[in-house]
Amino acid sequence: MSNTIIAIIIGFLVAPLVGGLISGLDRIITARLQGRIGPPVWQAFYDVIKLMSKESMVVNVWQAFCAYAYVSAAAIAVVLFFLKSDLLLILFIQAVGAVFLVVGALSSTSPYSQVGAHRELLQILAYEPLIILVIAGIYLETGSFKISAIYDWNQPLIFKLPFLFVALGYALTIKLRKSPFDLSTSHHGHQELVKGVLTDYSGPYLALIEIGHWYDVVLLLGFCSLFWATGAVGMLALLALTYFAEILIDNVTARMTWRWMLGYVWAMGFTLCSVNLIWVILG
Amino acid sequence: MKKMLGKIIASTRMKSPWILHFDCGSCNGCDIEVLACLTPVYDIERFGMVNVGNPMHADILLVTGTVNHRNKKVLTNLYDQMPAPKVVIAIGACGLSGGIFRDAYNVVGGVDRVIPVDVYVPGCPAKPEAIIDGAVLALKKFEVLRQQKLAV
Ligand code: SF4
Repeated sequence: MSNTIIAIIIGFLVAPLVGGLISGLDRIITARLQGRIGPPVWQAFYDVIKLMSKESMVVNVWQAFCAYAYVSAAAIAVVLFFLKSDLLLILFIQAVGAVFLVVGALSSTSPYSQVGAHRELLQILAYEPLIILVIAGIYLETGSFKISAIYDWNQPLIFKLPFLFVALGYALTIKLRKSPFDLSTSHHGHQELVKGVLTDYSGPYLALIEIGHWYDVVLLLGFCSLFWATGAVGMLALLALTYFAEILIDNVTARMTWRWMLGYVWAMGFTLCSVNLIWVILG
Repeated sequence: MKKMLGKIIASTRMKSPWILHFDCGSCNGCDIEVLACLTPVYDIERFGMVNVGNPMHADILLVTGTVNHRNKKVLTNLYDQMPAPKVVIAIGACGLSGGIFRDAYNVVGGVDRVIPVDVYVPGCPAKPEAIIDGAVLALKKFEVLRQQKLAV
C-alpha cells in the first residue's frame, strides 16, 4: 500500500521535475554544441513559472479544456508507469493526451495552428505503430505486458531486441520534437510555422503543455529503461547515452518534410521491427 | 506566502524574457544587429532570452524601424496579441523618432506614436551591446509594473 502511494507521488511530482531538469540540461548541451554558453539548468522551470503568471488569453474554451486534458493524460500515463501497470494501457492513455493536444490546436482558426496540428497528427501516425510493435516485441520475449514482470526479467532486453530499441529511438526523436522530425513545433525553430501546434496556446496553457511534455519525456525514457532493467547503473547509462544521441542527432540534422518522415520512419521502423520480431519468434 | 510567490514570479520574469522582434520598415541595419545578439558572441540565451516568432508567447516586443501608415495596424495588432505583462523596446534612430526617414510622406514617426514604448535604444544602427542593455532595462520595468499592480 505504502509502496503504491510512494509510486504515485514519484510519478506525479518527481517525474515532471526530472523532465524539466532534463530539458534544461538539453538546452545547455545544445548550446555548447553550437559554441554558446546556454541558459541556466533551471531555465525550463523559470519559463514555466513565468508563463503561469502571465495573463491568460484563450482562443476558446475548448482549447483550455484540451490543454488540461493533455497534461492530465500525460500525468496519468507516467503515474501508471511508476505503478508498473500495463504497457498497452499506458500507451493508449498517452495517445489520448497527444490527440487532445491536436484537437486543441485545431479548435482555433489560425492557419499556423491548423497546419501545425495536421503535422502533429502525421507525427502521431508515424510513431504510435512503432511503439506498439516495440511493446509487442517485449511481450514476445518476456510473455507479459506488465511492467513489473518486464522489470523482473533476468537479462537486459536490449541484447534480444536491439532493432526494436532503434525503432523506439525513432519514436523518441519524434516525440521529443527533435530534428529531423520537429515538424509540428520545435524548441529551437521559433520562426518556421510560427510555433506550429503550440501557436495559439499562450500563458498558463502553454505552461501546462510544457509540463505535459516533461511527463512525456519521462514516460519515453521509461520505455527505454525497459531495455536494461537488470541494474540501475546500466539503466541510467543507457538512458543518458540515448538522450545524448538524441541531442546530437538534433544538432547535426536539418528539419525534413512530413512526406519524408512518414516514408522514412515507416520503412525503416517497420523493417527493423519485423527483422527483430522474426528473430525473436524463430529464436 | 503571497509575498514570496510574488517574489518568485518576479525573479522568473527577469530570468525568462521571451522576445518578439518586429521589423517595422527598418533599413535592415538594426535587424541584423538584433539577430547578432543570438550568435555565440553575444548569446542572449544565457539570460534565458528566446527569440520567439509568436506574439502570444512574447514578453518583450522589440521594434526596429519607422512606423508608416501601412504597418501601424500590424504593429498595434502584434502589441494587442501579447498577454500582459509586456514591455516594448524601440530600437535605432528610426524606431525612436523616424530617423532619416522622418520626413518621408508615408512615415508616421517613432514607435511611440502608435503604441506605448518603455525603453529607447538609440544608434544607427543600435549596437548589440546597447540592445542587450535595453533588454536588461526592460526587465527592470517588469518589476515596476508588478509594484504598480500591487499598489492598485
Ligand atoms: S536606425 Fe539606422 S540602421 Fe536602424 S533602421 Fe534606421 S536607418 Fe537603419
